[in-house]
Amino acid sequence: MLHAIDLDVAPGSVTGLLGPSGSGKSTLLRSIVGTQIVEAGTVTVLGLSAGSRALRSRVGYMTQSVSVYDDLTVDENLAYFGRIVDVDSARSHRVLERVGLSSHRNQVVRTLSGGEQARVSLGAALLNEPEVLVLDEPTVGLDPLLRRDLWAFFHELAAGGTTLLVSSHVMDEAARCDSLVLLREGSILAQATPDEVLRRTGHDDLDEAFLELVERGRE
Amino acid sequence: MSARATKATAGRVLRQLRRDPRTIALIVVVPCALVILVDQLFADRQSVFQRVGVPLLGLFPLVSMFLVTSITMLRERTSGTLERLLTLPLEKLDLLFGYATAFAVVAAVQATIVSLVGFGLLDLTAANSKILVIALAVANAVLGMALGLFFSAFARTEFQAVQFMPAFILPQILLCGLLVPRDEMAEWLQWLSALMPFTYAYDALERAATDPDLGAAFWFDVLVVCAVSVLALALGAGTLRRRTP
Repeated sequence: MLHAIDLDVAPGSVTGLLGPSGSGKSTLLRSIVGTQIVEAGTVTVLGLSAGSRALRSRVGYMTQSVSVYDDLTVDENLAYFGRIVDVDSARSHRVLERVGLSSHRNQVVRTLSGGEQARVSLGAALLNEPEVLVLDEPTVGLDPLLRRDLWAFFHELAAGGTTLLVSSHVMDEAARCDSLVLLREGSILAQATPDEVLRRTGHDDLDEAFLELVERGRE
Repeated sequence: MSARATKATAGRVLRQLRRDPRTIALIVVVPCALVILVDQLFADRQSVFQRVGVPLLGLFPLVSMFLVTSITMLRERTSGTLERLLTLPLEKLDLLFGYATAFAVVAAVQATIVSLVGFGLLDLTAANSKILVIALAVANAVLGMALGLFFSAFARTEFQAVQFMPAFILPQILLCGLLVPRDEMAEWLQWLSALMPFTYAYDALERAATDPDLGAAFWFDVLVVCAVSVLALALGAGTLRRRTP
């Protein structure tokens, strides 16, 4: 359940959607992708109504669960999703390299580690180079080095013009975003750059700043 | 509609099945074993085996594909792959026809092998071409697939999906005419069986086995099987929601 959400996302940037689990992050992301039944209000993406037919090839979505076929190999998964979005196999190979799975390409997804599975799922969302990329907790359970690499990759994509909306429940990832949306119990606590959040709250740590915003919201 | 997406989906479903050789073995071996069992059961009454044998060959794919499809589709719903697919430029019909194509291929293989056992090893005979029996088996497989797809929407877990077998399939097997000819049933049972798609699938097979002329009644049966398949596919497509709560 989301309340009075008013959200604008700048093109070509990485926006982080931060909040504890159950705060409505997935619901908000699913509304933007157009898989969520929205009771009231409008969601517009690239000037079009969310989930409309024309958007399906322009918005990439990585669900929170590993939504690829775990009984197929990495290659077979990307080949299938690639054919659905109509890109050639050269493109899937580039994506494989990009998410660092080239050496696992012939492995059945079920036999991969959790982090590797998440990267297959991410790879599938990248295939058709979408203008908007919606990633629901893409770095959960990944080792710190890999997380750093992925965030660097997200910024690379943003520099190339892609608009990214990334959710996370880990505050230390907030600092890596161009702008932040802090969500709690279905309401937006703040929407600002990380620096601004720190300045507004007078803290030098985003975790503390988040707590402060929660406290202020209560008063 | 896109032939590319349909073909890709059919290929993907077949590849998933190929990764599961045990299921393939079960799909092929179990019907063969059951036909042999029925043959042995009626060893002294070959006329009975001749009556039920051919319809059995053609009904196996209906049951197998119902089960395989309802579980596969349920997995697709629960794993999130369906949600992902529906955010992509993919028409629901592409997905459904992809599934139908893949399972029709599997059914053709299954029906051919069981028919080889039935006609070759167990001396079953049919008044019409054996190819007709296999073609009916494939049509029944598509019917089973369509019904499975539709019913999968009403199961939340694989346990529930498996229970649809005794709930929806068994009554139809009992009433379709295989065990007791329909005109010997109580009248209300006849009415009930007239509402069940299995009845027409069975009747078509029985006519293919015994009636060299294949009258209008046969073609009516075939028409009902095809119409119910289309209806179940359409209803099934309705259960594939792009937006969910």
